[in-house]
Amino acid sequence: MIDSPLSTKVVFTVGSIPITEPVVVTWGIMAALALAGGLATRSLTLRPSRYQAVLELIVGATEEQIRNTMRVAPKPYVPLIGTLFLFILTANWSSLIPGIEPPTAHLETDAALGVIVFFAIIYFGVRARGFGGYLKTFAEPSIVMIPLNVVETLTRTFSLIVRLFGNVMSGVFIIAIILSLAGLLVPIPLMALELLVGAIQAYIFTVLAMVFIGSAVAEDRADRSRKGTGS
Amino acid sequence: MNWIEIVSIFAAAVAVSFGAIGPALGEGRAVAAAMDAIARQPEAAGTISRTLFVGLAMIETMAIYCLVIALIVLFANPFIH
Repeated sequence: MIDSPLSTKVVFTVGSIPITEPVVVTWGIMAALALAGGLATRSLTLRPSRYQAVLELIVGATEEQIRNTMRVAPKPYVPLIGTLFLFILTANWSSLIPGIEPPTAHLETDAALGVIVFFAIIYFGVRARGFGGYLKTFAEPSIVMIPLNVVETLTRTFSLIVRLFGNVMSGVFIIAIILSLAGLLVPIPLMALELLVGAIQAYIFTVLAMVFIGSAVAEDRADRSRKGTGS
Repeated sequence: MNWIEIVSIFAAAVAVSFGAIGPALGEGRAVAAAMDAIARQPEAAGTISRTLFVGLAMIETMAIYCLVIALIVLFANPFIH
């Protein structure tokens, strides 16, 4: 990945649709996660086996995070938030497999994730307050704030996208540059750092998604400004 | 190499170097404050460091924005065909 980080390599074409490398890796990760999830939940018992205990730990931690961050009952949000976290974490760490570039190092994957969060905010907001009630949140605290609130809705999604893209891509890019300059074994500490960054970025993406959704469903806007909406 | 490319390379260097100054100072202050808080209240170290990591990543985003701008200028410059 020493050439342009904004371009993607086309692997094959279906009809006239080019299928790029991040798409293939994304589908591979999706298949792996779905397969692991299906296998792990096939035989659930009341007395958990070892795998089930790990699984329950992950789900429990996700619920606890949602309860702490959003201060609402976590049940409706666990599937979306948990899937986002697990997918981004797997995608960021997929660079451990030689020859695979994390799909989150390309803008398109991050844009797709950001758009999912964007529509999830609207969906949960409308579901919690009704359509009129959700639109009314744009006029809070006063009607003068409408343009700012609209702009904020767009820019925070955009910053969510660029944050994930920039962090993962810069890691991949720097490792590629070091590898071309210094050669074998030298980039390994950087790759370890990249694992940490990947985990933190997955965590931050999901926490911010939680904060945004939480602000859309929260009772009042004062609550939201206390929690901070991020940039 | 025409002058637009030369200016682009220079602009990328300026964007990254100046874009790194602010986040570096900010992260330094954040870490110092977190260290202070942990020293005063070691039992809250878990919460503090978790919040610190999120905050650091937020601050670091500013530097990352500059990096993205620099890369766009270098690799996807709309004025170079």
